[in-house]
Amino acid sequence: MNQSAVVQAEIEPAESPLTPESWGKLGMWVFLAGDAMSFGALLAGYGALRYGSADWPHPSSVLGVGLTAFMTFLLICSSVTMVLALDGIQRGDMAALRKFLALTILGGVSFLAMQAYEWTHLIHDGLGLSGNPWGASLFGTTFFIITGFHGAHVTGGVVYLSCYLTRSLLGGLKQGHASEIEIAALYWHFVDLVWILVFTFVYLL
Amino acid sequence: MTQAHKPPNYIAIFWWLLALTILEVGVIFMPLARLLVAILLVGLALSKASLVAMYFMHLKYEPMTLGLIAVTPLLLCGLLVIALLPDLSGPPHQAAGMPAPPAAPSSP
Repeated sequence: MNQSAVVQAEIEPAESPLTPESWGKLGMWVFLAGDAMSFGALLAGYGALRYGSADWPHPSSVLGVGLTAFMTFLLICSSVTMVLALDGIQRGDMAALRKFLALTILGGVSFLAMQAYEWTHLIHDGLGLSGNPWGASLFGTTFFIITGFHGAHVTGGVVYLSCYLTRSLLGGLKQGHASEIEIAALYWHFVDLVWILVFTFVYLL
Repeated sequence: MTQAHKPPNYIAIFWWLLALTILEVGVIFMPLARLLVAILLVGLALSKASLVAMYFMHLKYEPMTLGLIAVTPLLLCGLLVIALLPDLSGPPHQAAGMPAPPAAPSSP
């Protein structure tokens, strides 16, 4: 290494290369980037349809924000329990991993139960895919598609984490599997991140 | 996480996210101009999303490669919004030939 290369390395350390252990993480990030574009396209389409409609109902008055604000709180809590589960396996504390994984799954299941309650209530009030009593028919269409797409992701996450919890209970998870839990955590945090945006754009704005 | 680092204070991040969520809900009840409310809500949502990505997803501690992958969909969605702008430049409209929406809930 010549003198200038040494100086350069001191000023700007080389980025750590992606290792075989991190290839799974790279794969998950690429998947999440593609998924983010799906959500982004749905939200951009929602914005265009809403702006182009003269009789779009005001979401917060129709949908109500109390329950969904609590659902947001629940997902944030589940993200915290997920990082604590990851911290547990990285320290080799498998009991902490199991406890916090179970709490994360509980948060996801509770979120889905509340979403089912919300949907049932709204459908009973007349909100449908093809019409509603409050204005533009696409209001219901976009609402069900966006929240349904997100709900499907939460369901997938619950199944994904349940597989790891089962594996851990059967003794198949060791400290060396921390990178697998880290990858699963990435997916769960992404679901939380997307809900933060859905909550703002679909319920509050 | 590819490099060893001191784990962030996850509980502090949780309190920040909670405070920003409460602020978001409060903003919609404030007597502010609609545009200002929209700007505040989008700003708060992006702040919360950034906290989740940087600290819970550990993007702050990851190599630049993963950061670039994470930012790409944001750029593409920004381009999509720009592409949609010509359609949004006109006044809000109701679809031509479509009847006015019903005033009362339709019976199932």
